[in-house]
Amino acid sequence: MASTIRVRATANGDITEVQALIQHPMDSGFVKDAQGQIIPPHFIQQLTFECNGKSVFVADWGAAVSKDPYVKFSFKGGNRGDDLKISWVDNKGASDTTTAKIQ
Amino acid sequence: MISTDNGFSAARRLILKGTATVALIGLGGVPFGAIPALAAANDKWPEDAFKQKGEADAIKALYGKTAEPSDKVRLDAPEIAENGAVVPVSVATTLDDVTSISFLVADNPNALAASYQIPPGTLPSVANRLKMAKTSNVTAIVEAGGKLYSATKEVKVTVGGCGG
Repeated sequence: MASTIRVRATANGDITEVQALIQHPMDSGFVKDAQGQIIPPHFIQQLTFECNGKSVFVADWGAAVSKDPYVKFSFKGGNRGDDLKISWVDNKGASDTTTAKIQ
Repeated sequence: MISTDNGFSAARRLILKGTATVALIGLGGVPFGAIPALAAANDKWPEDAFKQKGEADAIKALYGKTAEPSDKVRLDAPEIAENGAVVPVSVATTLDDVTSISFLVADNPNALAASYQIPPGTLPSVANRLKMAKTSNVTAIVEAGGKLYSATKEVKVTVGGCGG
């Protein structure tokens, strides 16, 4: 299966800008389907970013984060070619991990 | 004779190595199997704060204190969101020593939308997209030097993000 995580990390001098887009339904548990049944909550709870084994960003998400979530942040200390590891885990225990090179 | 013995022990060593690797992989697999249980009781994910309905309760559950408005917190959100399911919201601050940034939507069923931990070396600036049930105040909380600072902006929603 293709990774659910798309990430772009660009080093510009000392600062690395990271943009990540994840494929996930992010069902809030408040929406009903066409049959009037509530769609149970299904959302990413935690998303972590590690650069060279060091945590650089942790996102704790609730159900109010949009479907196919997007996040952007920047950190210092990353260099071109360094590995950036991205992992998420959702409320049903599913997870995905990918590693991207800083460009 | 000696050489066969050596060959044998070399082979045995390989087999032993293989077994050790298999054992390691087996052990490595355990945490994956345990993830569902961990996720349900993930003490790092602030479940209690995400369950709170009101904004003030969520801030209290997350940080245990109250925030003061600050013009050093710059919250960027649209005046009018045509689609409440995708509202781009970002925050940046000039405050030093920022350890976390959180987003709250006051009139959502659960106010707390997202909370970001900012380790040293990471810039205090985050952009993301949130769902909004209806027109509401959006609040950004910045924790800096152990204190809480906030910025609030009203976003008008024409189509709600909760099934509408």
